[in-house]
This record gives sequence, structure tokens and C-alpha cells, in this order.
Amino acid sequence: MIGIGIFNIKSKVLPIINTPIPAGFPSPAADYIEETIDLNHLLIKNPSATFFVRVEGESMIEAFIPPKALLLVDKSINASSGHIVVAVLNGEFTVKRLLITQAGTFLTPANPKYKPIRITEEMNFQVWGVVSKVIIDSLDI
Amino acid sequence: MKPVIVLSNNDGCAIARSEEAKEAGIDMGMPFFLIEEIIRQHKVAVFSSNYTLYGDMSSRVMETLGKFCPSIEHYSIDEAFLDFSEMKYEDLYQLGLRIRKTVTQHTGIPVTIGIAPTKTLAKMANRYAKKTKKASGMHYLKDQQLIDEVLEYTKVGDIWGIGKQYEKLLLRNGFKTAFDLTKANDEWIRKNMSVVGQRMINELRGTPCIKWEDEPPPKKGICTSRSFGKLVTSKQHLQEAISNYASTVSLKLRKQHCCAKQMHVFIQTNPFKTDEKQYFRSVDMQLPVATNSANELIQHALRGLDIIFLPGFKYLKAGVIVNDIIPEDQLQIGMFDTVDRDRNKIVMTTLDSVNKSFGRDLLRFAIQGYEKKWKLKASYLSQRYTTNVNELLSIKI
Repeated sequence: MIGIGIFNIKSKVLPIINTPIPAGFPSPAADYIEETIDLNHLLIKNPSATFFVRVEGESMIEAFIPPKALLLVDKSINASSGHIVVAVLNGEFTVKRLLITQAGTFLTPANPKYKPIRITEEMNFQVWGVVSKVIIDSLDI
Repeated sequence: MKPVIVLSNNDGCAIARSEEAKEAGIDMGMPFFLIEEIIRQHKVAVFSSNYTLYGDMSSRVMETLGKFCPSIEHYSIDEAFLDFSEMKYEDLYQLGLRIRKTVTQHTGIPVTIGIAPTKTLAKMANRYAKKTKKASGMHYLKDQQLIDEVLEYTKVGDIWGIGKQYEKLLLRNGFKTAFDLTKANDEWIRKNMSVVGQRMINELRGTPCIKWEDEPPPKKGICTSRSFGKLVTSKQHLQEAISNYASTVSLKLRKQHCCAKQMHVFIQTNPFKTDEKQYFRSVDMQLPVATNSANELIQHALRGLDIIFLPGFKYLKAGVIVNDIIPEDQLQIGMFDTVDRDRNKIVMTTLDSVNKSFGRDLLRFAIQGYEKKWKLKASYLSQRYTTNVNELLSIKI
């Protein structure tokens, strides 16, 4: 089992050894090795329906969505009240929390500086997908 | 909704149009310069072809379809056949509606569905749904009465597999619709349209005759050819282009774990510029040993170019085609072969893994160049929203 070191094309190939060297005592951990953690598998339940989008702006900052956050949007989830959604409102994309109440349907921000938007019949409104994961670079904040 | 069109490679002409664009008067294949006025007037959204995006969206749709049915044939980038013959107790009409709703929700791509006893009838039902059942977007040929209705609706020229020549022949002989054709005399069909025609008639009559292709048949030839963004006169630019095409071909071969034993290289001037000197020439080369290494294929392609190139012409297009394709593990090495194939293989594996992680063509042969003066025009390119992290949709919130 040899992994090929990719920057040693010409002369010698430096093997990246991923099995214990056969000499000496065999590693007692060898039988317990599992596969590495796959973030795709961990974060994405339905790959064919999951899309990545990036956000700018601070209207959702208290819902753990700071500027530059990367969102995973799973279109296979049926949106319901309380979900953070990507919505298309009059031709523009936005990200807000969907609230469906007896008083009407609202897109609510998570930042007191912004006002909730009440969805009226004249508006061209559509939920595009439900935000399923938020990825933040902690060095950015 | 805004009218939308997609342009062909090199932004030459309109190859896909939304319903609104059709209504605005843009015809299939219209050259771009002829429709510029319509585009301005109707505020048409124009896009260059973005096959990275289309390919990814297509595989998302196919994957979603695959969840409904284990037996699926990917017929083309935007068509698939699903075999429901095992699902005897399923209400196929409801299933069809469910498939359509799911695909639209999961991928955002609207699809039309035709359900019928044979592939040819399914295509026909699909076309019928597209034209007459816009609301439900599907049509199920549940019984003979429904089948007959669609057969009568469909002109012979619109049947899957009937080209211009056969259409003329059939019209001359009094067949106007697909329904007429089901009443045709078998002997006449076999005589005039061969066994392929017979198969088609049987399909129209409800007997499946066209083979199910779960896996696409192995490719017979792989071709990379493009028109240049502007006419090319220098040999150096042709060399750059040809070596890039050879490199693309070799990548396609490696992806299929295949090697090619024959190569065809061609260059040509613009046949529509009748006032200019015309030149078209190609060369076929038998390769000493079948290969998929970029370095070897580039060398052979450049050797081919040396043979066919003549200075003094304005070239519009060039291409590299490989044939005689065999699986990688059935390689026969020549007795006098001096190429270090093991080393080549390591180089190619390395090249592919670097390019896979860091971007296509990042690591390349020097002859492929960097400027790409000859490169395709794609002035209206959309972002690769789903496959490139630097081109994601950005939302202001």
C-alpha cells in the first residue's frame, strides 16, 4: 500500500506509508482503525438536493449566520414555520426565518436592527429551500 | 417571466430558448447577430453554454429519478427512461405526479413525463404532455383508447427515430400520422425501412422492441473539436489548440479507463466566408501502442498537425478524434516499444490528482500555453453555481 507523494514525479517516489512497518511489534490499534470522518456524509443528507450559497450582511447574525457564512440549503426538506429559509421575494434572494402564524406569514430577521417582512398577496414569494447547515470560518469573526 | 436563451459554443447561435423567448420570435439555431435587435427590445437574458453547470444539474435530476426506480437509462443530458414494468400494483399516474413534484422541489428543474408500454410511445406521450398538458406536465397512456388518441395527434415526422428522409417517404405513401403507420403493411415497412422501421412499428403497436440500456454502450470514438473565438493564422496558436484538445481527449480516455489506438486530426477554414481561400485537411494516424497518456497523445497530434498544416489560411476550427478504443487492461505492448509506460502512468495519475484538487488544467504541458488567444468566445457565461466554491450564489441579507 503506497500513497504516491505528488511532488516527487521525476526522481524517487516518496511513499506515504499508511500501514505499520512490517518489522517490529504490530500496532495494537490496527484492528480498530475506522474510516476517516467524511464531512460530506456528516453535513449532507441528500446530495442531489443540497446547494451551497454564501451570505453577505448582518440581518441573521443572532441566528448564528454572520457575514461570509456558507449555507447548505436542502431543497428536499418541506419548509415549515420556524425554519430558516432561502426565499425568493419579488425576484430577489434572501435568507430569513419563516414564521407562519394566524396573523399571517412573515420573513423574520435575527437582528433587532431589521424589521420582519409580512408576506402579502401582491408579493411574488417562494421558498427556495431550507437552510440545513451553517458553516462559519471562526477566524473571520 | 423574462425570456431566456442559451448560445452555442463560441456564442454563435441560439440553441435553447424559453417559452417566452420563442414567443419573442427567436428561432432555433438563429445566428446571434440576427437576433441582437430582438434581445434589446424584449430584454432577453442571454447566456453562453455552461456545460459544467448543466452537467451537474443533470446528474442531480438523474439521481433523484433513480430513487423512484432501480432500472433507469440515462438517454441524454436531459432525458431518461425509467422501467416500471415490475411495479404492477403501483398507480402509475400518481407515481408520475409524485416524481415530477419531487424533481421540481429537489432540483428546481421542471420535467415532463410520458408513461406508456414502449419507449417510442413514452417519448410520444411525453411530447403530447409538453404540448397539451402544461398544468400536470405528464401523460399516461393507460389504455388503447388513450394510445390511439396520441398516435393520431402525432405526425409521422415527429415520431422518435423518423428523420427527414423517412418522413418524405411516408408522406409520399399516404401516412400522415403515427396512427396511420400502425396500420401499415409489415412487408412494405421491412422493404422500405428495414428492420429498424419494423421495430419502430411494433413499438407503436405496444410491443417493446428497443433494447434497454442500463449502462451507456462503450464509446466508439472520443472527439474534442471547437471553433476558435476568432480566426487563427499562426501555427503556434494551432499547436496550442491542438495540444489542448489532445489533452482533453486523453483525460476523457483516462476517466473511462480506456486507451486509443487511432487518432484523427483536422483543421479547417470558415466555409461560410466564401470570399476567402478555403482549406480543409485531416490525417489519420495509427498509434504504435494504444495509449491514454497526455504526453504521447499530444506528441502524435502535433505530428499530425505538421503533416496537414499549410500557412496562409485563416483557420476557424480544429479537432482531435481518437478511435479504436480498448480497455486499459487489455493493452498490447509492441515488441520495440521504448516508451516508459509505468512512468507515464505515474505522471498521469499525479497530473489528474493535482488537477482534481486544484482546478482543471492547472498542471499542464508547456505547449498547451496560457493565453489561449484562440479560445472560445463565451461572453455571457453564467456562474458555475453548484460546482465551484468561488462562484456560489451570494445572497445579501
